[in-house]
Amino acid sequence: MDKFDVVIIGSGPGGYVAAIRAGQLGLKTAIIEKDKELGGTCLNIGCIPSKALLTSSDHFSFAKTEAAKHGIVIENPRVDLPTMQKRKDKVVKTLTGGVRQLMKTNKVMVLEGMGTITAPGKVSVKSSGGETQEIESKNIVIATGSVPIELPFAKFDGQRIVSSTEALCFTEAPKKFLVIGAGAIGLELGSVWNRLGSEVTMLEFLPRIAVGFDLELSNLLQRALTAQGIKFHLETKVTGVKVENGHVIASAEKANEKLTFEADKVLVSVGRKPFSEGLGAEKVGVEFDERKRIKVDKHFRTNVEGIYAIGDVIAGPMLAHKAEDEGIACVEIIAGKSGHVNYDAIPGIIYTNPELAGVGITEDQAKEKGMEVRIGKFPFRANGRALANEDVEGLVKFIADAKTDKILGAHILQHAASELIAEPTSVIEFGGSSEDLGRTTHSHPTLSEAVKEAAMAVEKRALHIVNR
Amino acid sequence: MKIPAVGESISSGVVSVWHKKSGEQVKKGEPLFTLETDKVSTEIVAETDGVLRTKAAEGQEVKIGEVVAEIEESSAAGAAPTNKEKGAPEQTSVAAVADRGRPESPTPPTDIALSPAVRRIVDEEKLDPAKISGTGKGGRITKGDALAVTQNRGAPERTDTEASPATEVAGPVESLAPAAQDGRVVRKKMSPLRRKIAQQLVMAQHTAAILTTFNECDMSEVQALRAHAQEQFTKKNGLKLGFMSFFVKATVAALKAVPPINGRIEGDYFIQNNFYDIGVAVGTERGLVVPVVRDADKKSFAELERDIADYAKKAREGKLKIEELQGGSFTISNGGVYGSLLSTPILNPPQSGILGMHKIMERPIAVNGAVVVRPMMYLALSYDHRIIDGKEAVTFLIKVKEGIENPKTLPIDF
Repeated sequence: MDKFDVVIIGSGPGGYVAAIRAGQLGLKTAIIEKDKELGGTCLNIGCIPSKALLTSSDHFSFAKTEAAKHGIVIENPRVDLPTMQKRKDKVVKTLTGGVRQLMKTNKVMVLEGMGTITAPGKVSVKSSGGETQEIESKNIVIATGSVPIELPFAKFDGQRIVSSTEALCFTEAPKKFLVIGAGAIGLELGSVWNRLGSEVTMLEFLPRIAVGFDLELSNLLQRALTAQGIKFHLETKVTGVKVENGHVIASAEKANEKLTFEADKVLVSVGRKPFSEGLGAEKVGVEFDERKRIKVDKHFRTNVEGIYAIGDVIAGPMLAHKAEDEGIACVEIIAGKSGHVNYDAIPGIIYTNPELAGVGITEDQAKEKGMEVRIGKFPFRANGRALANEDVEGLVKFIADAKTDKILGAHILQHAASELIAEPTSVIEFGGSSEDLGRTTHSHPTLSEAVKEAAMAVEKRALHIVNR
Repeated sequence: MKIPAVGESISSGVVSVWHKKSGEQVKKGEPLFTLETDKVSTEIVAETDGVLRTKAAEGQEVKIGEVVAEIEESSAAGAAPTNKEKGAPEQTSVAAVADRGRPESPTPPTDIALSPAVRRIVDEEKLDPAKISGTGKGGRITKGDALAVTQNRGAPERTDTEASPATEVAGPVESLAPAAQDGRVVRKKMSPLRRKIAQQLVMAQHTAAILTTFNECDMSEVQALRAHAQEQFTKKNGLKLGFMSFFVKATVAALKAVPPINGRIEGDYFIQNNFYDIGVAVGTERGLVVPVVRDADKKSFAELERDIADYAKKAREGKLKIEELQGGSFTISNGGVYGSLLSTPILNPPQSGILGMHKIMERPIAVNGAVVVRPMMYLALSYDHRIIDGKEAVTFLIKVKEGIENPKTLPIDF
């Protein structure tokens, strides 16, 4: 086989996007994937299927509790879970098939099997059938992503003690559903099964949910989800999980009090760890940090010449879009161009209802660092479109530099926050100020007007609220 | 109006000043704008009568052949636009007529895209956005950049709640770093010419394998000959006989003896120049320029002196034309006029050699076993070692030295 310019190990959003870009740049490119389908965690067992279920279950909630407010009468709406799951599978299939097509159109060779680096510039690919082929490449990009963290006292059994992978595929809603870890994954899957009829209890070790997001908005989200029926136990340390008579029993400690939780299924969503071992990287001398992440420099180069790494397998937030942009930058650097990722402008989102979205620094981080900032807030209760939509929960918050007015962070809690966050992200990327955003015309009536108003509130000139 | 092709080594320039405003009536031959390149600034004149429509902002970098303006011929409003091939928007006759009917906007439109907040500050504080250095993405001006300029100027920071019309008209504002307030450090943007010089010098050092060899020459004979012939020469030619003509003649003779130094590399080829166009470096307030004395081998001492004097005057006045700076095959640089005793000149690409002249200084030297004091000058030749061997370089410099020390061997014609 001919020598490749770039071989990418892993076809998740980081890897496959890097492959497309490499193809566009005229590099002779191959991508290695151990699973049958391309797309990695995100497309197959992560972002996409969870969004499919979140949307379906959100529609069900609407039919059950919201439709009546609009004067729509839906009597006894019920869930047909197999159909819902089938639709989810179809969405996934459409997208993974699309990725395969994209590989073809960009002349990227797809190699099925487990990729192992045998030497710098050499990768062996072992297919599920047991055949091994050796390929050579000037550059190797490790884009192997991450896997769920397992708790030592609650090993995944795929039935009762599950990871997000299985929690996306339940064939019936568990009567009682316990979630350990109230981060993005736990909150989203907890929401799905809460809406579909489970009694959901969430256990979180920290005194707050959604760590990493703005504290005020996280607390508001917790209040909203509590109103939807989810029970939260914060500052609760899970000490053991066992399965007895087909039931899960979790023991925990909360302020020296011993608690026991019984459930039909328990989801362990305490984070993800880099999938960095068994790739041969350590054998060829690639360095790792203390959390088993591959160490790279600003140009995504490992300490071994010709070996690069991007996405969840290196430091930084484990987000598909972060991996994608790193993949693009990495390949552009390989092609001799100037790839760059701005880590100050990477948004993060939790797709609950309301959705929680944030980019840049939070108010609590600014306080901790003693930064001089100005805050602007605007509630959706004062936004015409939100009222018309019967969707007034949430607010927009800006954090701007007190001197230069540069936007340092933006946080949105709203049903459509995931879409609304794109605008402040763009302005941050361009080094813009709150005034820049406030002086930009926004369509009326739209939810985005609340974004503009919050930006104006930084300089105390929001129009539809009293500026304090 | 396109940027005219001004020679092989110039690919772009900067529109430094528009002498005419967009919408203004211009006449053929009137200067429209000053084009600043890495070599000189030149005035570009109107090719025809008509109404000017500018398409490039002041300070904008433009490429050779780029459309920077259109002139709508007033006699024939429907004249066919001439710039279709560059993809410039076609100006229809209807639009042209309508444009002229519209009153001119009070502030001329700027082509620099400003963010809304920056636009307000620039407007209220009467700043020139071209003079604010941007720290945003792709060099864009952020609100913080604009505020820093107003603060450095001492004007109070205005928010729109307390906005009042600016009472004083601000002068040109240089963008200063915040740390510059106490004046210990001043930060200002380099001129386009200086930036180009910087780029060229670094490019030369990255491209060629530059090596410098030294020698020295005794100037007694040239000084004696010059003193002897000066009066007659001045009377006959109306200008003084300097040292430069001797060095040009000695250089031509040395180049003939060691031809590769008069050549250059082009890709995988070596180009031998069999003409002797000698660049003479002239320092100006704006930076160094190197006008070229053509066919120096065919010129008399008087012609050489006149060429050099003319160039020096034009350079000081900023009137050198681009073609006068192009195509040299070798360069002479005289650091001696500033008092330099010794230096290692940098090549002027794509040339392969540059001769450095220095200060004439009386020094004791040994002549025939005795110590005597002589007016001495160190000579330096920087050369591209990729194509010139050490032996050739040293031989060249000895030839120059011999020519200067025995000026009678040069083709004296005065």
